[in-house]
Amino acid sequence: MTALDERKAIRGGAHVALAHDSGAKHVAGKAEYIDDMIEPAGTLHAYLGLSTCANGTIEALDLDAVRSAPGVVGVLTAKDVPGHNDVSPTGKHDEPIFAHGEVKFWGQPVFAVVAETREAARRAAHKAAITYAERPHLNDVAAARGAGGAVVTEGMKLERGDVAAGLESAPHRLKGSMTIGGQDHFYLEGQIAMAIPGEDDEVTVHASTQHPSEVQHMVGHALGVPSNAVNVIIRRMGGGFGGKETQGNLFAAVAAIAAKKWGRAVKIRPDRDDDMVATGKRHDFVVDYEVGFDAAGRIEAVDAVYGARCGFSSDLSGPVTDRALFHADNAYFYPNVRLKSEPLRTNTVSNTAFRGFGGPQGMVGCERMIEDIAYALGKDPLEIRKANFYGQTDRNVTPYHQTVTDNIVAQVVDELEQSADYQARRRAVLDYNATSKVLKKGIALTPVKFGISFTFTAYNQAGALVHVYRDGSVHLNHGGTEMGQGLYVKVAQVLAEEFQIDLDKVKITATTTGKVPNTSATAASSGSDLNGMAAANAAGQIKERLVAFAAEKFGVPAEAVIFEPNCVLVGNQRFAWADFIDQAYLGRVQLSAAGFYKTPDIHWDRAAGKGNPFYYFAYGAACSEVIVDTLTGEYMVERTDVLHDVGKSLNPAIDIGQIEGGFIQGMGWLTTEELWWDKKGQLRTHAPSTYKIPLASDVPRIFNVRLADWSINSAPTIRRSKAVGEPPFMLAISVLEALSMAAASVADYKIAPRMDAPATPERVLMTIERLRAEAGAGA
Amino acid sequence: MSVRTNIRFYLNDVLVELGDVAPDRTLLDFLRLDRVLRGTKEGCAEGDCGACTVLIGAHEGADLHYLTANACIVFVGALDGRHVVTIEHLKGPDGALHPIQQAMVEHHGSQCGFCTPGFVMSLYGMWMTNPEPSVREVEMALQGNLCRCTGYAPIVRAARSISNYGKIAEDALIAERAEMIARLEALRDGNRVVVSSVRGDLIVPSDVDDLAAVLTERPEATIVAGATDVGLWVTKFMREIAPVVFIGHLMGGIEQGEDALVLGAGVSYGRALEVIADRLPQLRELFERIGGAQVRAMGTIGGNIANGSPIGDTPPPLIALGASVVLRKGDDQRTVKLEDFFIDYGKQDRAAGEFVESVSVPMPGPDDLVAAYKVTKRRDEDITATLGAFRLTVSGGIVAAATIAYGGMAATPKRARAVETALIGRPWTMGTVEAALPAFETDFKPLDDWRASSDYRMLAAKNLLRRFFLETSGEAETRIVRHEVA
Repeated sequence: MTALDERKAIRGGAHVALAHDSGAKHVAGKAEYIDDMIEPAGTLHAYLGLSTCANGTIEALDLDAVRSAPGVVGVLTAKDVPGHNDVSPTGKHDEPIFAHGEVKFWGQPVFAVVAETREAARRAAHKAAITYAERPHLNDVAAARGAGGAVVTEGMKLERGDVAAGLESAPHRLKGSMTIGGQDHFYLEGQIAMAIPGEDDEVTVHASTQHPSEVQHMVGHALGVPSNAVNVIIRRMGGGFGGKETQGNLFAAVAAIAAKKWGRAVKIRPDRDDDMVATGKRHDFVVDYEVGFDAAGRIEAVDAVYGARCGFSSDLSGPVTDRALFHADNAYFYPNVRLKSEPLRTNTVSNTAFRGFGGPQGMVGCERMIEDIAYALGKDPLEIRKANFYGQTDRNVTPYHQTVTDNIVAQVVDELEQSADYQARRRAVLDYNATSKVLKKGIALTPVKFGISFTFTAYNQAGALVHVYRDGSVHLNHGGTEMGQGLYVKVAQVLAEEFQIDLDKVKITATTTGKVPNTSATAASSGSDLNGMAAANAAGQIKERLVAFAAEKFGVPAEAVIFEPNCVLVGNQRFAWADFIDQAYLGRVQLSAAGFYKTPDIHWDRAAGKGNPFYYFAYGAACSEVIVDTLTGEYMVERTDVLHDVGKSLNPAIDIGQIEGGFIQGMGWLTTEELWWDKKGQLRTHAPSTYKIPLASDVPRIFNVRLADWSINSAPTIRRSKAVGEPPFMLAISVLEALSMAAASVADYKIAPRMDAPATPERVLMTIERLRAEAGAGA
Repeated sequence: MSVRTNIRFYLNDVLVELGDVAPDRTLLDFLRLDRVLRGTKEGCAEGDCGACTVLIGAHEGADLHYLTANACIVFVGALDGRHVVTIEHLKGPDGALHPIQQAMVEHHGSQCGFCTPGFVMSLYGMWMTNPEPSVREVEMALQGNLCRCTGYAPIVRAARSISNYGKIAEDALIAERAEMIARLEALRDGNRVVVSSVRGDLIVPSDVDDLAAVLTERPEATIVAGATDVGLWVTKFMREIAPVVFIGHLMGGIEQGEDALVLGAGVSYGRALEVIADRLPQLRELFERIGGAQVRAMGTIGGNIANGSPIGDTPPPLIALGASVVLRKGDDQRTVKLEDFFIDYGKQDRAAGEFVESVSVPMPGPDDLVAAYKVTKRRDEDITATLGAFRLTVSGGIVAAATIAYGGMAATPKRARAVETALIGRPWTMGTVEAALPAFETDFKPLDDWRASSDYRMLAAKNLLRRFFLETSGEAETRIVRHEVA
């Protein structure tokens, strides 16, 4: 008999601020990533050969020098793909593994070389002699529209009310256009896969992916074998951010094809530069808008078109551009609205998922309209925001006809306005700017309302596999993947809470398609919502069996079987958890369960543009103050205050981390992270030397992040928590608008600054110059 | 001259002796592939992300300094006589986590964890000399480390609390310092090292005279000091660089004369910064913004000059100050004005077999106005878009002399002679500055590239002269300073 645990609570249950489950391994260099695994003997290494032409026909593909290079085992081209030469996640068959005949962007994989070492493969890959018949290429939204505006997938339209009449009758109306740049994920661990051939048609693939089930499907598709031949495993990624939702498919497929062809394990890991050139990024957008409003700044009608640079194939551009429209209202009611998306085809890498999934671009466009209205009326943009917030009982229907029923945006904004001392600080900024010659300040407070659920309804399902072993230890597996966001520890906390056992009794195990099938991508902020529920469901099944067993064995009613901390109370007998489980085993109780969850109450009719695509909304707000050097455009974020809604947090430490990290990543997107293509269509910002993500010294000098700890999800989510992965990213819009305000100061705030993103020092200075010139011309 | 045919160094607590290492083998590949020490990660293979940060200990006299380095662009051949410390070597009492590791875990300083070993090593380098760092000091120590998950805030909090988890005196590397010095001392034999491999030879000269001799014998050799640039020739461009002469251990002397500073070619940016902060405080901010701590520890002043890059950060201020370089070939030395050393893009006044030995920097006069401003997309660890360096002698309100040099504006670091001419002999006023601005267009025709457009470079370059005037004429706030958080 195990001694009874007298503690009143378990260690590591739900709602407790705990360190990441791998924290101690991270800091010791003992957390294993795929490239750290000890390779099976004889492992080969694959390397991709990339196109050096943005649009053209391959006239000659001479790989003799590649094949004869030292250490080379062989090469793979399109004709060496045993199944389908395609990794299109949409089923449109528009994304070849290896370009065949045509290349459609600079950096497109044309072949792979397989060698005894990675270095040998990489050196050999550069010996290819490929000649192209080049055609003009379309690099961006303007070029794509100029050539007729071909799309990679059908655009979407959301419409409510009478836009023409609304604009016509509005006392004021204005038009504008904004260009919003893309973003590289810059996960610190690049793309990687290692495939190990098995017997018959089997293959095991270790892939750095947010979507193991899709990698499984794609590998099967490429090999021409059913999904049951492919097992995909991922313990952890070194960052994902959406960049490993579909972009790992190609690498896994190449590794698997090579592994089966040569009968040896094959690893593939591109160099950082090749990773950044050959994999998709956040979509760039051009937003053209017209808005009608009254003298108070209250919006009467919005007509906007969101054009996106999607790249050469559809990838996820359909749902990404959809989500841009779903957030083109941010937190504001549009009485009359028409929103259209144009997912434009360009000769660039196919853009993909990235934290927020189009939502950030939709929201930036929306906040630009608010800003324009404010400058047109000479008001503080925050006043315009408040005038347009969704109502509680009326003015609460979105452009997609979903009624917002959980709106707390005003409460969040009011609380932050007070705690950040916004009004006094705005006055101080205005005073500073009145006297400071070179340096100017800006301040902005912006809200976020973000819809939670995959808009493709079928993805809102999840599975978990829970085993309780005879010694009381628990094995947890689910379909979600760990990319640093703390999903594994959150779900383990849920399970510990369900069983009322200490967290260290729960073993977190690698995501494996062989254990939980048909999973969705760990994306759309859905990880803990879906997998937490599935794990709880599995625990519930086991508990139900345990209760029935104990009730029968000890002759007590079911209600008298109670799971207490590390004990089970049966009537007036108390058993240590391990002893109770052992008895259940001896009583032949099934101590394993497959849990399942599907999000209720959601539906979406894309063709009609109507439905309830979101289960609930997450809210937040940020207030940022910046200082700008008007001689160079350089700037610094002086202070940011954040108040963010995560419902009843499953793990406040993890959630704060998501908010801080999301904010800084969003700030990078809107400030220093710039993608730059040369005239030949080659991306030239493809390494950290040229692509600048934020550093520690870019963090707001004062950075206050708080949870709205009073918030409880009104939807019955897992322990009333809310998703946190994506929503905080958009809090960084406050930085962009604060920079705009500092720029606007040079024209006495009389001209809408209309600064495009990213607001690099160059763009800030050029905006300042333009505003000075316009103010001078107007004076 | 005796010759040794292997490289010898300590890796954590193991003596490594390599008799056939390739001249372009990086420390990172050596660790991960040859030694299967995989705690050190590859994030970029170009010295920009810090995921591969290790410590390299070098001893001088009775001291042993550990500096951070990017293992991805350190060549194994450069490690002779050094102590390399990787994340696997960190330990606390009784096998527990090291205090830095504990602080990182408890402050939630890791999310995906991939950058984390590099951060821990950078913080280790900092903590060894600064156990109670300020926020700014932490930010400086982390300029060369990228994290994409945390937003850095928890890492900075962890960094400031390390000493709550352990005492520096009890740290293993500190406690075992004397022992390691003795071990490293025992490796010193005064020999030239020559290691041959299938990928060519590497040579580590025993001293400067030996270097001169080696280069006379093998004038085609690639000279490698800190490898912060040559490292990328290998990892990014896969260039063949053999034979390689490693000189990072040579020419590290600094002569602090009253009228001039003489920096040996092997003086690192970091060492130079210590002296600059004292003797030329006007250049301090610029030096603090060269690379990150890892690059400043490895990269050298001589390398920054000899490399001839148009966007090197030290040539413009050195030119503005009237610096000259001493070049040596065999036993022959010659002195060249630095501005004349740069002939054209990729072309310097340096013959085969010749090397930069030192740079002599005249001290400005007490009344000289001196400044250098670097403009970049991101404040820290970024490559210059434009960099202006100024030295003005104003006498009786009149500009008596002016030396102005820019980086990023032409194919080489270049004097702004037309601008100088437009200033000299005129009163030092904003009017004179404004009148001189069109002269920039005579001096420079900058490029459009991913760092900046031509228009921005030109405008910002002009504005730097405006800033220089404002700053030297009493305007209070002329540029953004990242002060300590109160």
